[in-house]
Amino acid sequence: MTASDQLQQPGKWADALDKTGVTRADSSGGPTGGPPVDGPLYEKRKSVHNKRIDGPFRRFKWLVMVVTLAIYYVTPWLRWDRGPYAPDQAVLIDLANRRFYMFDIEIWPHEFYFVAGLLIMAGIGLFLVTSAVGRAWCGYACPQTVWTDLFQHVDRFIDGDRNARMRLDKAPWGPSKIARRGGKWGIYLLISLVTGGAWILYFADAPTLFAEFFFGTASPVAYMTVAVLTGTTFWLGGFMREQVCIYMCPWPRIQAAMLDEQSLIVTYKDWRGEQRGSLKKAQKEPEKFGDCIDCRECVAVCPTGIDIREGQQVGCITCALCIDACDRVMKDIGRPRGLIDYATLDQCEAEAAGAPATPAWKALLRPRTFIYFGIWGGIGAAMLFALGTRSHTDLTVSPDRNPAFMLLKDGSVRNAYTLRLRNMEGRPRDMEIALAGLPEGAVLWTDRIGSDAAAPAQTIAVPADETRVVRAYVTVPAGSAADQFSFELTSLDEQREKDTVPTTFAMPGGN
Amino acid sequence: MMADKNRVDEPTGTELVGHEWDGIEELNTPLPRWWLWTFYATIAWSAVYVVLYPAWPMVSQATEGVLGWSSRGALADEMTAADMARVSTFERIAATEITKLSADPELMGQAIAGGAAAFKQHCIQCHGAGAAGYEQYGYPNLNDDDWIWGGEIGEIEYTLTHGIRWDGSDETRITYMPAFEGIFDRAQVDALVGHVLSLSGNGSGNAAGAELYAANCAACHQPSGAGDHAQGAPALNDAIWLYGKSEASIRQQILAPRHGVMPGWSDKLDPVTIRMLAAYVHSRGGGEETISDTPAAEPDEPDVAQAEVSGAEGNDRL
Repeated sequence: MTASDQLQQPGKWADALDKTGVTRADSSGGPTGGPPVDGPLYEKRKSVHNKRIDGPFRRFKWLVMVVTLAIYYVTPWLRWDRGPYAPDQAVLIDLANRRFYMFDIEIWPHEFYFVAGLLIMAGIGLFLVTSAVGRAWCGYACPQTVWTDLFQHVDRFIDGDRNARMRLDKAPWGPSKIARRGGKWGIYLLISLVTGGAWILYFADAPTLFAEFFFGTASPVAYMTVAVLTGTTFWLGGFMREQVCIYMCPWPRIQAAMLDEQSLIVTYKDWRGEQRGSLKKAQKEPEKFGDCIDCRECVAVCPTGIDIREGQQVGCITCALCIDACDRVMKDIGRPRGLIDYATLDQCEAEAAGAPATPAWKALLRPRTFIYFGIWGGIGAAMLFALGTRSHTDLTVSPDRNPAFMLLKDGSVRNAYTLRLRNMEGRPRDMEIALAGLPEGAVLWTDRIGSDAAAPAQTIAVPADETRVVRAYVTVPAGSAADQFSFELTSLDEQREKDTVPTTFAMPGGN
Repeated sequence: MMADKNRVDEPTGTELVGHEWDGIEELNTPLPRWWLWTFYATIAWSAVYVVLYPAWPMVSQATEGVLGWSSRGALADEMTAADMARVSTFERIAATEITKLSADPELMGQAIAGGAAAFKQHCIQCHGAGAAGYEQYGYPNLNDDDWIWGGEIGEIEYTLTHGIRWDGSDETRITYMPAFEGIFDRAQVDALVGHVLSLSGNGSGNAAGAELYAANCAACHQPSGAGDHAQGAPALNDAIWLYGKSEASIRQQILAPRHGVMPGWSDKLDPVTIRMLAAYVHSRGGGEETISDTPAAEPDEPDVAQAEVSGAEGNDRL
């Protein structure tokens, strides 16, 4: 299909637009310029009514859709027992309390590098997938693809298959069309509402929020989030569909830059298909025609409405439904499958030159894929290692700067510190904070342990899954010198986790 | 010429519009129609926005918009909401005797936080941002454990309310050290300075100084030099000197004493703010325990330990 095919008859608005008097710099008859085109400057979207198809790739697409949608809708409802001090939702992004729970993993804000690492892994994962199987993300797993697919099934369920939908599109508005459209958009809206609704359940206790949502007691931000996501799902999945991929999404462009002649793409093997012609003609003159009988099944089933026989293009999300369609036709007319197939450009070239068809999986085995996998796996392994060996006890020390030291009546010198004792365990713990490296007689007390109970070490109770802020005072006796020393934190349980933080003791006249 | 109209670019199969620059021709790839509608929608939105919100810049200010929204007004609303949220805390602080505040660690924490904010606004001009004072001006350090008029939290509140040598209150803390200019001769002053320094272990002192001290100074500063909170007589036997520990400074203070003045805040600040300031100053590390007759106000060891275990305020989730 050429662009000129896509040009629509100008409608009322288009007429107005096209007569806006837009003149081109060279339209006044430059030496080489021709007259300007009178065609429309804007084109109406051409609806895609993709035909039902069955085949291995369609079944795989079903599987991916079921799995991804199930993960999305069900995950917030999974429970996970974390004891009395933490929520029992398996996956919870607790923004209010600044915690991210994922099964047995709990991430604190200072550990955001785990989330950053996951995002980097997701990015490199996309590179990996692209280098191995081309635009598989676009074709199978992208939310836009999954929800568009779902909505196209709704179309089919309400209005029938391709031809019926095209007829209905052209039919004048009447009670029956209004009823069908209303019903279809109602289902769209229901799906969108469930989609938008599921999103917020990741951010609060799902059963509680679910109930609150319907009793009208949830927070305004919950309703706004649901409204925005319902609206965008309804609009992008129900109406924009392939336009999102073709005009809005940056990913097809990025992927286009990442593909090379060794990347798997869905391709039409023109050396085998051309010259295309109807089955009758081909049977009459088999030497003149190729395998493509120009049945246009590949176009009919395409969810983005392109013709794969034009070659690689940004609109092709490589969902491979055209492969299913073509294989079926080839089987029916008794020709070998794979006229449209997954292949790399290199494989195509070799095949066109007469080499036997290469199995598509061989495209996976190439250095780039292994390098991406190595990086991806390396980051994953490093993060797992960091996660497995991280301490659940941490201390930070910030000395008072103003005043840096304080001379006391008896000539002793006091410094003040703000200590943060972090307990990342889901239970309260006693921790000992001790001084190391200060002269004999140095003592420690806090804002809650008075100076009368000052001692070289103090025990402090830290609540479950919290950081306790303690204002600590350290005093060294008159006449002694002090400079560098450390606070030593030890958890008083069987883990005996330790954290030692060096800091400075300031003295009159400088150290 | 019209024959050019449907000329098609062979490699792409796209129609040419007929424009050419040095052999480079423009293809006709129309924009999607909805894109145009999106553009119109943004224009419509801007028209609505201009009516609803401040938009057109005029000479002194922008047009106001029918919603009446302004960033200044939004700030005022937020500040009012924050003030309203604090009201109940203020009421509780007002209703709690200051010496009983420490029995409620959560309330105490809020009082200290409120006091820290007020301190930055009203007190740092003299006492410094770290409350460490300025020796050269005689502004006292509030972090240490040396108090001229008393370091119990109630005494601090009294000082804040009525000031020191302040004209604004009849109950202000007021005493004056007599000037000994013309009373002592040079040798007597030197002897007295030597004795005063010896009270805190500096030098060995002398009998003449000790005699002069006992006769002229001990009534207020006490024979040991421990000072007297009730009279505002500073301790002379410790390491802390309001005007510095040089001999010249001590001599000057004997001959022509300097007397600091602190304004009382009863006419400028409300009692709750003064109470919170007292809590903050007391919390700086040198505050003295309240000596009380009622045992409840004096937490003994087990109570401290209990508060230690159950206390959760002052913690955060970071």
